[in-house]
Amino acid sequence: MSSLDKKQQPRSWGRYPKVEHSRVQTVYWRSEIPDLEHFEQSLLPYGYGRSYGDSCLNDGGISLDMSHLRRFISFDEDEGILRCEAGVSLAEILELVVPRGWFVPVSPGTKFVSVGGAIANDVHGKNHHKAGTFGCHVTRFELLRSNGQHLICSPFENSELFSATIGGLGLTGIILWAEIRLKPIVNPYIDMESIQFSSLNEFIQISAETDKKYEYSMSWVDILIGEKDICRGIFMCGNNNQSREFVHKPVGKKLPLAVPFDFPAFVLNTFTVKAFNELYFHKQLSKSVHKVVPYEPFFYPLDSIHEWNRMYGKRGFLQYQFVVPFEGGFAAMAEIIGRIRRSGEGSFLTVLKTFGSVRSPGMLSFPRPGITLALDFSYGGKKTLQLLDELDEVVRQSGGVVYPAKDARMSAANFQAFYPQWQEFAQYVDPHFSSSFWRRVSFSEELVTV
Amino acid sequence: MRILIIGATSAIAYETAKCFAKDGVEFFLVARSAEKLVDVGNDLKVRGAKRTETYVLDVNELDRHQEMIEAAIEALTGLDMVLIAHGTLGDQEKCQRSVEETLKEFTTNCTSVISLLTILADYFEQQRRGCIAVISSVAGDRGRQSNYVYGAAKGAVTVFLQGLRNRLHRSGVAVITIKPGTVDTPMTASLKKGLLFASASRVGQGIYEAMKNRKEVVYLPWYWRPIMFIVRSIPEPIFKKLSLG
Repeated sequence: MSSLDKKQQPRSWGRYPKVEHSRVQTVYWRSEIPDLEHFEQSLLPYGYGRSYGDSCLNDGGISLDMSHLRRFISFDEDEGILRCEAGVSLAEILELVVPRGWFVPVSPGTKFVSVGGAIANDVHGKNHHKAGTFGCHVTRFELLRSNGQHLICSPFENSELFSATIGGLGLTGIILWAEIRLKPIVNPYIDMESIQFSSLNEFIQISAETDKKYEYSMSWVDILIGEKDICRGIFMCGNNNQSREFVHKPVGKKLPLAVPFDFPAFVLNTFTVKAFNELYFHKQLSKSVHKVVPYEPFFYPLDSIHEWNRMYGKRGFLQYQFVVPFEGGFAAMAEIIGRIRRSGEGSFLTVLKTFGSVRSPGMLSFPRPGITLALDFSYGGKKTLQLLDELDEVVRQSGGVVYPAKDARMSAANFQAFYPQWQEFAQYVDPHFSSSFWRRVSFSEELVTV
Repeated sequence: MRILIIGATSAIAYETAKCFAKDGVEFFLVARSAEKLVDVGNDLKVRGAKRTETYVLDVNELDRHQEMIEAAIEALTGLDMVLIAHGTLGDQEKCQRSVEETLKEFTTNCTSVISLLTILADYFEQQRRGCIAVISSVAGDRGRQSNYVYGAAKGAVTVFLQGLRNRLHRSGVAVITIKPGTVDTPMTASLKKGLLFASASRVGQGIYEAMKNRKEVVYLPWYWRPIMFIVRSIPEPIFKKLSLG
């Protein structure tokens, strides 16, 4: 088998690590899937490569390209139940359903993810405090195991595999199609409020006050401001606009920009990040601003810049997201932000949000009640890895967890401490499936000594 | 609007059909695999098609063409447009070693198309309106050593369409020759993807527009027109020495 050239190698969004798959096997039709048992190397489904770390990579193994399995199957427009193949992207769903008065129930910060990927990572969005994760809205899906079994999984049928597959990082088999429950909307606009806050305390206060009132919320934060206030930022919250008048108001389409080449490593540094933060924080002149905006810039501000990940240069970047429980979370958050600031590693885009208590059916699901912070670190070798290891410790001690879908480096010990249910999950992993992530975190010292 | 699509599960036909589905058209979809037809039919229905009928046929069964076309006309109570999109990219080297292989490729890519067109031309001529679009190829513009069996079949289709266009012009029927360049589809999965490769969705959109606007000869994407102009202009004594991909 000829090896893939560099450009054909599946990559993750952070472009770190760069691994070498033995080959890519494309799946074009549900009725024409090759016999999975007959492959010699392990398999891993891959959609649009929007996972940040190595959970969508399979070093030395086979990457199953699912992006051609992108057909709709049925749409009940009265009930909002959509069934589609796993490679359909949320962008395609939105294009289809928004004009018909429906919306995806949960959406991550990019619409360029596949339905299969949204399930496998049990993604969350700005409405987690109200709606839970994507997996909460999946009514059923078909899972193909390597032994050739086609299983319909739902909360009532093959429910263990249903719950292992939601947040199961693609390890339980191939999701062929899924059925999801959409959310009704009146028009494609959002009533949005942006509120400046100047400390972590204030964020928590605003969050508590607005969470009941607003369906969607998230905050952009600047963590480089100093000890006392810990962070400042802009709290953005919103609800679907309810005005009938806006139903046919045309939404102006902006042409997408693209980052045309890899930026040199020095472009993003503490200085430029500080300058950007200063400008961004003061972009609104008053404390609170109210606007009606189309849904796209509200949900997907970065989707308008294609390949923005190239800003981090050739070496790529690491995304780090964790959640700490409300109780004791403030101290842990303060500690973590302090460490990052002192390390001099600037995070270009930092997002803060509170998670609610809606439980996901996913066995290995990440979100849980508490405060979550997501940061990007340009990959700077050992120094960066060491900082993140230190942060893992703080998260672990506070009773929090780190998000596997964005991870490229956490230790097996930490993963197993974060997710004590991992061994139960491991029973449902398909024997022919694996990933770079899974081999790293399921590593057990006991097994080695046997 | 009622459209018959032959080779409806091919990537380019499917992308074209997606565009038409949004307009709420009625489809009669023909392909070899019943399972794939169901997948495509359901998808187009969700995307807005008013109706989708499917019909399983291997186009190499030439004697079933009449029956299939009659079924389409009956099911949709008439036809406004036809898109002939089926084809195979045969193995040139295998063809060179086997007469049987060469003739099989020729039947799929040329004879079957001519058979279908002969039946359809009469229908549209009598109806005195409508549109017939056929996917030929830039490979039919000039024979090259790397794929001249495929190229010759497509070239024959192109010439047949020229004549048919001339004949049906008087009846107000549009005949459209679509010449895609290299397109990223399952048919070309084994080829190395160069700069000139276009996505199936871009080409599908182009076909949709060409059919709506009743074009004549369309290169897709557009840059193949100047490229093929140059390729056709190279004098034969020089051309025979070249090894174009």
